Amino acid sequence: MNILAHIGRAVLTLMQEVGSVALFLKDGLLQGLTPKIYVRQILDQMLKIGYFSLPVVGLTAFFTGGALALQIYLGSSRFNAESLVASIVALGITRELGPVLAGLMVAGRVGASIAAELGTMRVTEQIDALVTLATNPFKYLVGPRIIAAVVTLPILVAIGDTIGIMGGYIVGTRSLGFNSYAYLRNTADFLELDDVTSGLIKAAVFGFIIAVMGCYHGFNSKGGAAGVGRATTNAVVSAAILILAANFALTSLLFSE
Amino acid sequence: MAEAHILLDGVRKSFGSKHVLNGVKLAVPKGHSLVVIGGSGTGKSVMLKCILGILQPDSGTIRVAGENVVGLSGKARDDYLQRFGMLFQGAALFDSLPVWENVAFGLIQGRNMARAKARDIAIEKLGQVGLGPEVGQLYPAELSGGMQKRVGLARAIAADPEIIFFDEPTTGLDPIMADVINNLIVDCVKRLGATTISITHDMASARKIADDIAMIFRGEIIWQGPAKTIDASGNPYVDQFIHGRAEGPIQMDVLKP
Repeated sequence: MNILAHIGRAVLTLMQEVGSVALFLKDGLLQGLTPKIYVRQILDQMLKIGYFSLPVVGLTAFFTGGALALQIYLGSSRFNAESLVASIVALGITRELGPVLAGLMVAGRVGASIAAELGTMRVTEQIDALVTLATNPFKYLVGPRIIAAVVTLPILVAIGDTIGIMGGYIVGTRSLGFNSYAYLRNTADFLELDDVTSGLIKAAVFGFIIAVMGCYHGFNSKGGAAGVGRATTNAVVSAAILILAANFALTSLLFSE
Repeated sequence: MAEAHILLDGVRKSFGSKHVLNGVKLAVPKGHSLVVIGGSGTGKSVMLKCILGILQPDSGTIRVAGENVVGLSGKARDDYLQRFGMLFQGAALFDSLPVWENVAFGLIQGRNMARAKARDIAIEKLGQVGLGPEVGQLYPAELSGGMQKRVGLARAIAADPEIIFFDEPTTGLDPIMADVINNLIVDCVKRLGATTISITHDMASARKIADDIAMIFRGEIIWQGPAKTIDASGNPYVDQFIHGRAEGPIQMDVLKP
């Protein structure tokens, strides 16, 4: 009986959480993304979410591209297919690793900081103070973060894609002995527009997930410093899991077309 | 006699099985200063949040200037909140903004005033609470607790509201700074002619700023009368509270060693 009670409780908690995320999402979209639009806040968040994530995303992409080139070279040389390295690096980065790794890195960097900032604002009554100053916190805090993340993540990923392919190129030409012109030719010939856009669509969805999870957990944090800490952890973990799940769903969706 | 400026009747609010407000009945005439006293956890803050609409009461009516204000939404709610100013217990200053922008926040965001003009008003209001213009450039984290409270007060009066709420304005301050804040509250309220509700458990502060005093206990107003008559209330609960005795009709849930 005890086991059943535990399972029941876990399921109820999960359902309750899903329900409250859905209600938060409703307010976030209906109130947060309708006028009045705080342009200054959106630009500020774009700077924080997008621009300041560039080093992290760039480094991640660079090393991933390099490692990918090495691995694929190792695998493909077993059946004399080394010429595939350039094209598979490009494909792997743009379709899969670019958006997913950028999404996870930004979830750790930005999701955590959104949850910590809004969580602190909640426990120190700054969010209530916004209300008393006739400012809707969904419009002032949540909306700008969602918009900024959805707009900047694809841009980040596009830059990351370029850097990742460059990482593969540098490893390929410097240590694997590829001809520089042939490597680039291979990449350009093989890559299709769809490969890139499917990755950018994913990035936009991941940005949405990161901002919503950060805002939701921050908004609902309670109980001082410990509560803010919990909110931060939950924001990152839930965003990371949702990103991986959404990635699978989107890949099968975009793949079946 | 005209209807009171703020009128609560039969306001109830429960959180789960915990009944926080049990039919609060309260009337504050225009231009009066009401101080609500009561121990921790008796529903003082919840009452203010119900009037502001941050929390929705389960039942009962709340009327401000003759109009029902329960369940306002959208533009009507924004307009309603424009009439309020509130000083929070922990000041609740926005720590990402400099002091002057904190004070000017309601003017810039709530009323779309030009930043330069709002800044001039903010500097003027800072002057009224005894802070020089140079303080405007600092960030809230750089201020002492007393200064933060004064900035919070300046923010509460910045838009010349007709109603101001003070949530434990002197808690956590030394007695001298507490008296400075009390004087500022009296001055500011007199200048604006605002109706105010303050909640506190500091009797020195209550005597200084109140026209009327009401005592809340277990979610009900058990006594209300002019501040001068509080020593002769004839109410054992009030007597116990204002003299700060552990023995009396109010029993704290403390286990005897």
